[in-house]
Amino acid sequence: MKPGILDPQGDAVRGALRALDTAKVANVRIGKIIEIDLEENDKNAAMTSVKGMCEKLLANPVTEDYHIDITGK
Amino acid sequence: MKIAVVRFPGSNCDHDLLHALKFRLKMDAEMVWWGKKNLDDYDAAFLAGGFSFGDYLRAGAIARFAPVMEGVAKLADSGKPVLGICNGFQILAEARLLPGALMHNKSMKFLCQDVFLKVEAANNVFTGKLHKGEVLSMPIAHMEGRYVADEATIKQLEAQDRVLLRYSQKDGSLSDDSNPNGSMGAIAGILSEKRNVAGLMPHPERVCEALLGGGEDGVKFFTSFIEGTKR
Repeated sequence: MKPGILDPQGDAVRGALRALDTAKVANVRIGKIIEIDLEENDKNAAMTSVKGMCEKLLANPVTEDYHIDITGK
Repeated sequence: MKIAVVRFPGSNCDHDLLHALKFRLKMDAEMVWWGKKNLDDYDAAFLAGGFSFGDYLRAGAIARFAPVMEGVAKLADSGKPVLGICNGFQILAEARLLPGALMHNKSMKFLCQDVFLKVEAANNVFTGKLHKGEVLSMPIAHMEGRYVADEATIKQLEAQDRVLLRYSQKDGSLSDDSNPNGSMGAIAGILSEKRNVAGLMPHPERVCEALLGGGEDGVKFFTSFIEGTKR
């Protein structure tokens, strides 16, 4: 979620973490992880392809940032 | 004026909307399924509420790629009226036919309640026959209704008089209490730059029959539209 966008879920979890008295939790933001299996061996091609998916569908550019990690087998 | 009531898998306000338009307001309206690409036979498209495609990923994110959205975008481009109610608003936002996004309510709870709405813009085809400052009562029923946009977009919406409706008190005044979902600027509905595309979270189609309780402010809303389309 982009900075500045209210994340009520994150705020609720922050409250719970603070209740665990060991945690010095300043802020919590909750996002999602999407795992995609690609039939593609070229890392650059995979990156381009997933980036396209993020821009078109997976992330909403108004409210969300995205980060892509490519891991091979 | 022939209206397409657009139905997606998971729409659940489509029959209410069709009933309101066709039987209550005697409009020429018919149901159109999501697979229909070509809406050239229609003069307007109304996107009904519900949970299109299960609201998976984000509400409206998948529906925006449905073939019918090609026809909806074409109508919007040609200046024809396009209205999105609740999930329909979410779909229009995801399709970038309207700016901003609808996010989880501040309370993280599904809200199903009556709200008061202040008409902010009365210079468009939808609310042109209502008065600026007039207060309507309609129900909301949503989990993701908190209107969010970047600062520049909010400023632009305000400057261009594109806030259609705002959550308010009964007397039209604004307070945190009367903003049920935490929307920026208490925004309940907006207009596109060309003012022919509108989205709102409240449900006018649910207050069109006095017999059902809740009043008939939906009739006022749709009557304004009907009058607005007459030359």
